[in-house]
Amino acid sequence: MNGSIAIDNTSLLIASSLVLVSLYLSYSQKLGIEKETLVSVARAIIQLVIVGYILEYIFGLESSLFTTLLLLFMAFNAAYNASKRGKGIQKILTISFGAIATGTVLTLSVLVFSGTIAYEPYQIIPVSGMIISNSMVALGVCYKQMLSDFKSKREEVETKLSLGADILPSSIGIIRDAIRTGMIPTIDSARTLGIVSLPGMMTGLILAGISPIEAIKYQIMVTFMLLSTTSISSYVACYLSYRSFFNTRKQLVSIKLKQDNI
Amino acid sequence: MPLLDLQNVSFVNDGKAILRNVSFVVEAGDFISIVGPSGSGKSTLLRLCSHLISPTGGNIFYKGVNMNEYIPTDLRKSIAYCSQSPYLFGNNVKENLDFPFSVRKMPFNEGRVKELFSLFNIPFTFLTADVQNLSGGEKQRISLVRTLLFLPEVLLLDEITSALDAENTRMVENAVSSLNNEGITVLWITHDPEKSQKYANKIITVEAGKINSLEVLK
Ligand SMILES: Nc1ncnc2c1ncn2[C@@H]1O[C@H](COP(=O)(O)OP(=O)(O)OP(=O)(O)O)[C@@H](O)[C@H]1O
Ligand SMILES: [Mg+2]
Repeated sequence: MNGSIAIDNTSLLIASSLVLVSLYLSYSQKLGIEKETLVSVARAIIQLVIVGYILEYIFGLESSLFTTLLLLFMAFNAAYNASKRGKGIQKILTISFGAIATGTVLTLSVLVFSGTIAYEPYQIIPVSGMIISNSMVALGVCYKQMLSDFKSKREEVETKLSLGADILPSSIGIIRDAIRTGMIPTIDSARTLGIVSLPGMMTGLILAGISPIEAIKYQIMVTFMLLSTTSISSYVACYLSYRSFFNTRKQLVSIKLKQDNI
Repeated sequence: MPLLDLQNVSFVNDGKAILRNVSFVVEAGDFISIVGPSGSGKSTLLRLCSHLISPTGGNIFYKGVNMNEYIPTDLRKSIAYCSQSPYLFGNNVKENLDFPFSVRKMPFNEGRVKELFSLFNIPFTFLTADVQNLSGGEKQRISLVRTLLFLPEVLLLDEITSALDAENTRMVENAVSSLNNEGITVLWITHDPEKSQKYANKIITVEAGKINSLEVLK
């Protein structure tokens, strides 16, 4: 590291030969994924170039309004993606958006008011990106768990209902299970930070020439914020969506598990 | 006024008619045995009466009021249902027996549990037993205790003696019969036509989703 931040385009072009390794393996081993690999690489390049220019433009604008609009757009996209895992749950898109927005707003407020980060596009946007995508993954896991639990634990829920319990005490076990399952990936990755993985952000900072001691401070902040956001989002999403599994007569209804709920 | 009044009740699930135009009345104090071949719709009938499912056609009236007018949780406290496959949740027996108390926001009443345990010949040490280690018959009796901690007005029992030996079966039958004598209305699904005659004052025969006969015995 000589402190330079930029990679020159020639080096990047040479590095791109690494893709050929993957293509050659696919071809020689008859994996049949050459086309997918090429499409993915092409998509990655095109999407990143577009995002790069957009971010450059937005960072230049330094408009809080625009930053906020972009955050909303990101949250909506994440909600849309998470909803796909919860097909069959009523108002799943609204619930997902509400859950992601709550988690993001609460976490960002703490970060901004504590002065950890500033409400400037170049800080807020990457940080929110991490928060939002983490919530998205957590929600997908929560929904999947709930859909399968409400199916496999029908007897338990109906037994509790028939003992006169309301729908919340009848499904509290399932709700807690789903929240827990949604949070496990974040907790697990926090546990192994620095041992198994040097997270992407920290690696990026170090590559960009920031001292490791400074970089870990950022990473610690990221770990805290991801934990708080996933727990808030999972909590909100699960408590809002369990009602979908019951009708107004407090009867358990069956939601058909869709094939694409893998 | 009849306690329960089923009028032209049908239940269709996924396009399949499980019950068709079932009508009968249950008077307060009745002890009704429900018999019929496997798959005829007996359990579905009791699930409808416990409001775990609603009819897709027709109406069920409880004390003259459509079931849909009641608060579901109140209704289910008053009409208790003990299912065909006893399900004990959580880790130990106590969790199960505490549940009806916590539903009513009441403290656990050990005295009441002791009373029912001795009625059903369950050693008191079972209170802390792991639910995984219980036999089928033990589970059946404990789930019955769980249902009876608070006495309902109507008791719906779905083959609750299927896993019990002769002695325990007799004991459960006697207990239910004495509850009936105290005024609790009982609807009991049984596979044993002989026994069904002994305690019941009416016998309903279900066949292929229809009521084939309603026999009044006493
Ligand atoms: N949730 C459900 N979805 C689809 N079909 C069902 C459902 N519940 C019950 N059935 C069907 O309805 C019919 C009646 O079932 P039910 O459990 O009421 O029969 P049963 O008389 O209690 O039988 P058994 O004596 O074996 O307990 C059966 O053909 C069963 O397959
Ligand atoms: Mg049955």
